[in-house]
Amino acid sequence: MRTLEQTTTEVLDLATRHFNAAPGSLSASDDFFKKLGIDSLQALELLSRLENHFGIELPDYEVQGVSDFRTLAERIQSRL
Amino acid sequence: MKSFVGKALRWEWRDAVVDLTLDREPANEIGTILLGELEQFAAAMKTFEAETAVCIIASAQKRGFSAGADLRELYRGAIALPEKERNAGVRDFVERCHRVANAIDAAPFVTIAAVHGVCFGGGLELALTCDIIVADKMARFAFPELRLGLIPGFGGIPRLKRDLGNGFVRDLLFTGRSVNAARAQAAGLVAQLAGEGEALKVARATAAQITKFDSTTRATAKKFLKPIPYAELKEEIVLFCQLFERPAVLAALKKFVESTDAMPYLP
Repeated sequence: MRTLEQTTTEVLDLATRHFNAAPGSLSASDDFFKKLGIDSLQALELLSRLENHFGIELPDYEVQGVSDFRTLAERIQSRL
Repeated sequence: MKSFVGKALRWEWRDAVVDLTLDREPANEIGTILLGELEQFAAAMKTFEAETAVCIIASAQKRGFSAGADLRELYRGAIALPEKERNAGVRDFVERCHRVANAIDAAPFVTIAAVHGVCFGGGLELALTCDIIVADKMARFAFPELRLGLIPGFGGIPRLKRDLGNGFVRDLLFTGRSVNAARAQAAGLVAQLAGEGEALKVARATAAQITKFDSTTRATAKKFLKPIPYAELKEEIVLFCQLFERPAVLAALKKFVESTDAMPYLP
């Protein structure tokens, strides 16, 4: 079972890779919409990638209003 | 007309396979232009159906198959009409959508939706007219209509009920959530999963297999396998229009259209 810290690290790694962010440039408290410059459809793509990576289903209403990586990781953690 | 290039879509017939490609920025929202060209396709189908084995419906837009109805156009069109004419205007649009969907659903050839990215609302309803859905593993499917105080209006519920278990249908409808391609396949909505960026290739391979079979047998099997739920589809139009009459729906559409939130499609 992953810890929340591990989950957060994996979320940050995945977002860094997929959105070509500079390594180490993302942190848990970042607003991913602003930091990655993504829109709602790209956020859904991130959601799909996270679901595939963690092997979970994360209903989008559970992440409605979530914009920082830490809270996103918490929502994922509750489904692991 | 075996080939056509319009403002929102194009089609090309070749060797018994017709490719219908949706291509309207930003995400193939279904408004009057896309609908008008789908109507042209539905009319043209009659001219090549006898020599067609498969139609593949796909999208050239990066964001996905289709994000659904053009809600901005729907809202602006509705408020531009006097209140007593509003419902008739919406009914006319919805009935046109149903005629196109029914024509594609009833095509004697096999229809394949090659889906990537978002496949929401009216986009999912279009995919549901197809016999087979091939989905990129990053595709997402949703019926978000209840979030706006509506039900799907282009034949979504009757076609979902025809194809899938009611438990999944209710989950999709009552939560308005989107599901990924693997979940959609597990529920029976998606027939084949494709790798990222490979849905069209997989659809073409599927089409190549289908074209080997006798056309009369294929058409007979399709008619037997996939009856069109006309009575429920008519009922859906009535219910959709009744719901649309309520001020709460226009208010929800207004909120959506004017939203500057990062995720405006989720109330």
